[in-house]
Amino acid sequence: MSFKIAIASGKGGTGKTTVSVNLFEQFSEHSEGKIQLVDCDVEEPNDHIFFNRTKKISEEEVFQQVPTIDKDKCTFCRKCSEYCEFNAIVVIPPVRFAEVNQSLCHSCGACSVACEFDAITEHPESIGKVSFYKTGNNKGLVEGKLKIGSAMQTMLIKELKKRVPLNAEIVLYDSPPGTSCPVVETISNTDYVILVAEPTLFGLYDLKLMVNLVRELAIPFGIIINKSGLGSNDIYEYLYKESIDILGEIPFNKEYAGVYAKGQIVGNMPVEMKNVYKSITEKLHKMGC
Amino acid sequence: MKTVITASGNSVDTQFDKRFGRAAWFCVLDEDTNETLFFDNANISASNGAGTKAAEKMVELGVKKVISGDFGPKAKDLLDKFDIQMVIIQDDDLAVKDIIKKIKH
Repeated sequence: MSFKIAIASGKGGTGKTTVSVNLFEQFSEHSEGKIQLVDCDVEEPNDHIFFNRTKKISEEEVFQQVPTIDKDKCTFCRKCSEYCEFNAIVVIPPVRFAEVNQSLCHSCGACSVACEFDAITEHPESIGKVSFYKTGNNKGLVEGKLKIGSAMQTMLIKELKKRVPLNAEIVLYDSPPGTSCPVVETISNTDYVILVAEPTLFGLYDLKLMVNLVRELAIPFGIIINKSGLGSNDIYEYLYKESIDILGEIPFNKEYAGVYAKGQIVGNMPVEMKNVYKSITEKLHKMGC
Repeated sequence: MKTVITASGNSVDTQFDKRFGRAAWFCVLDEDTNETLFFDNANISASNGAGTKAAEKMVELGVKKVISGDFGPKAKDLLDKFDIQMVIIQDDDLAVKDIIKKIKH
């Protein structure tokens, strides 16, 4: 069984991807088994940019089932439209109009259940792609990329997670920002969640939302404070009061931010930072990782 | 001819609502008789498709013209499909009755 770790934050730009990529590297250096990185930020997957010798091995299209309404069979009774939680079905009886708005459809299937006249059939529509990369020996990267215009982030993340090779020793899920469905899907069924936080007013506000979410889902979690030295000490007071573990602190370093912006963080880590990651992976190993 | 004006309340004295799909009320004006009828927007707090549902209602009521501050892409597509004219008014601080006056003059 793989040990599954999700890296999430609530707030965007706190360093989820930096931490994910660096943990991936750190684990790979000290592990015999396979490490798998999964880019669940399907609206803007960018983990692959950090690996120079990345090779895409394969890709797979992911589909959702979308209904169409046969107007010859439809009686314009509106039952399907009433069943639809997402307002994706427009039925206008006086003008005999019945249509599905594909961009609003969530493929729940309720309309098919509702229709008593067999007027609804389903057909597959692409919602995006899952790509498989090899970044080195025993180092796999899988990413989901949502099709432009699709609102099916959560479904794509679910399908992405299903396609992650099962032979990995450790799986790292790089989560999208926020605290809504795509994040819930990313962190669900993981063994541990790392929350990357920054010690700013906004960072603390969003961290609290995220802590509430992870507690609700009852997943063990710890915090990595990124860009420490910035902002205030409020975050430390909060974490102390709530008895939340700090896994490590990564000091703010302008030079390193420049290296990140060039996409060159792999293999270019300052020694003091590397020691932080080393101690984080050791702590995670003690937790059964 | 029926014209709809998006309204923030249920009388001609209330402010014009510049949102279409999430307007609080719809004022249906019969331009021939000058009669008005108000109905509230059942989908005002829908998480998705409020504009589509509002447009659906317009078609169903046989409205020929809709006056609002803006129309979303899905509402616009549907209104276009049924040749319903969209009129955009960007002025703030207009009451529904001011717009009715403008139509008449």
